[in-house]
Amino acid sequence: MTTVAAEPRQQAAGIERGLAGRLLDRIGGGVVQVFLVLVAVFWLVPTLGLLVVSMRDDTANNSSGWWTFFTKPAQITFENYSNLLTSGFTSSFWNTILITVPATLLIIFIAAMAAYAFAWIEFPGRDTVFLLVIALLVVPIQIALIPIAKLYGTFGIFGSIVSVVLFHVAFGLPFAIFLLRNFFVGIPRELLEAARMDGAPEWRIFATVVFPLAKPAVASLGIFQFLWVWNDLLVALVFADTQNQPMTKALQSQMRQFGTNVDILAPGAFLSLIIPLVLFFAFQRYFVQGLLAGSVK
Amino acid sequence: MASIVLNKVDKIYAGGVKAVNGLDLEIRDGEFMVLVGPSGCGKSTALRMIAGLEDISGGEILIGDRVVNHLPPKDRDIAMVFQNYALYPHMTVEENLAFGLKLRKMSKPEIQKRVGEAARMLGLEQYLKRKPAALSGGQRQRVAMGRAIVREPQAFLMDEPLSNLDAKLRVSMRASLNQLHENLGVTTVYVTHDQVEAMTLGDRVCVLRDGVLQQVDTPQNLFDNPVNLFVAGFMGSPAMNVTYADLIRDNGGAAVVFAGYRLPVPDSTFAEKPGLDRYLGKKIILGIRPSDFEDSRAAHGSIGGWVRVPVRANVTEELGSEINVLFTIDAPPVEHKDAMAAQHDGDEEETSLPLGGNKSLWTARVNARSHVRPGQEVELVVDTHNLHFFDVDSGLSIGHEANISR
Repeated sequence: MTTVAAEPRQQAAGIERGLAGRLLDRIGGGVVQVFLVLVAVFWLVPTLGLLVVSMRDDTANNSSGWWTFFTKPAQITFENYSNLLTSGFTSSFWNTILITVPATLLIIFIAAMAAYAFAWIEFPGRDTVFLLVIALLVVPIQIALIPIAKLYGTFGIFGSIVSVVLFHVAFGLPFAIFLLRNFFVGIPRELLEAARMDGAPEWRIFATVVFPLAKPAVASLGIFQFLWVWNDLLVALVFADTQNQPMTKALQSQMRQFGTNVDILAPGAFLSLIIPLVLFFAFQRYFVQGLLAGSVK
Repeated sequence: MASIVLNKVDKIYAGGVKAVNGLDLEIRDGEFMVLVGPSGCGKSTALRMIAGLEDISGGEILIGDRVVNHLPPKDRDIAMVFQNYALYPHMTVEENLAFGLKLRKMSKPEIQKRVGEAARMLGLEQYLKRKPAALSGGQRQRVAMGRAIVREPQAFLMDEPLSNLDAKLRVSMRASLNQLHENLGVTTVYVTHDQVEAMTLGDRVCVLRDGVLQQVDTPQNLFDNPVNLFVAGFMGSPAMNVTYADLIRDNGGAAVVFAGYRLPVPDSTFAEKPGLDRYLGKKIILGIRPSDFEDSRAAHGSIGGWVRVPVRANVTEELGSEINVLFTIDAPPVEHKDAMAAQHDGDEEETSLPLGGNKSLWTARVNARSHVRPGQEVELVVDTHNLHFFDVDSGLSIGHEANISR
């Protein structure tokens, strides 16, 4: 998950570039940057559009396009958002949080421990079990819907938030274990042995040596998992009761056969996309960090 | 501090590979013991078994008076320095040093005191707040050393700790290591494949080959009285010159004859090497250290027991204080497995020159005053008191005390 910044100006060995050459390099680099900025803006336009739509009233949205905001900024209103707060949407927002956060944390926590065992603890049948875990990656979640629903019925948790969380954790684990285990294996063995010599018990090695070093992998996994659960509709549709429904389900219920409630949908949709975005920016520094530098050699 | 004793220690890996075979070794209290041998000889495995990072397949290991076979590393009260340092990259130097102490629930002031002392000793004080990534190779190496020192353990285990440093730094770190051992006096087991490191650091040196102990002795004794062809070839640089020779006794007294040369063997040699007389009239393998040669012009007249040997220098390596003269003698190279193993120090690089014909390449180390040039005829003198004799079949040194009973 680490990216390396491309060397901008690679010079042929031993050849001093003239002024013209350097100018060309500079311009070349500039062109690339302008292009990248254009792409980024292009990708952001729909998001911006959604934001503006969510802040215009219903009549405005029905009569003109959102871009008219640039010429008539006065049409902006926060009414949609205050309406949203008083509607039942707030509870579905909290439901989404209550589902996503525990599901993500549980997956990271359990998968990290399992991955540590698969990577660094010798036990009989380790590789076989790991192969089975990898095999689970290709099992589609749909085949488990009915049996799990029955199981939840037996335990009396069908329809609850817990049931949704557990389902996500169960089906998120194989990939999470796979990802983290492969990262852990790349940590130099001597580092763990040094900790062992220093007197660290296994859980301490896990908590103070391996886990901190795995931050880039954990951050990526966290983002993946968070987005997956946050955006999930299928599991929520099947398992969540109306009072426990997350935002995806709430948004879906605002869709009508004829026309839509744009004044509810737009702010709701924007709310549901801004949280993952913020999260991504919060963790992005881990993606570009090489944490193992200076450890060995 | 404590002694470390290995009793018939075996290590058999899955698949039946015997990495260490019946290793008997006693490392005395406060001793600096070097385990040396080519790659794959089991020296690192032996060290890791002492550390507790590797299970012991057979035999027992004692640290102090305790059998530690089944103790985990943390309960053995030893510290280890790894070849690649294995510093915790997310901790500062200070935290790296303190980690082991914190785990032992030591009080804060005591930790500070020890870390401060170690940092002072190793010149790391101004780097305490840095992370390993911001240190040079030599500094990282010292941090790794410091992490062992602060623990004040019963013994230090070091696994080729200097091999990642550049040549100059390695020499200076070697000196500091010697100094450190002098000051702390902690029992140390040191693994290396570099025989120079072994000779300069070790109180005693243990030479291993294919998991089998060859010889344990002081560096000088290993050099002067190698127990077999392998040790003879491995210790000393340039390596000992060997050739097949006939040991004879005629009117002129006892002598070895090879490649048209005849070197008299002094009677004292027969007294020093009991059993050598039984080889009279037989083929033996003769070994001569490069340092037992000298240029006759630089040797200032005749010295007792020195015999003249005229040769033609093929290659000369000028080292400033001395010159290595490489010359060929008209005898087939010794193809004993021990001699070959010692030469090919584990790396793939072939060491011998592609020589035409059936000749052996020998090296003589002569005084720099000799000024010998490639292609010149040069008259060497040999100290015949220091000839080495090996059995052709077994490769064992003839008359060595360890071999007499065999």
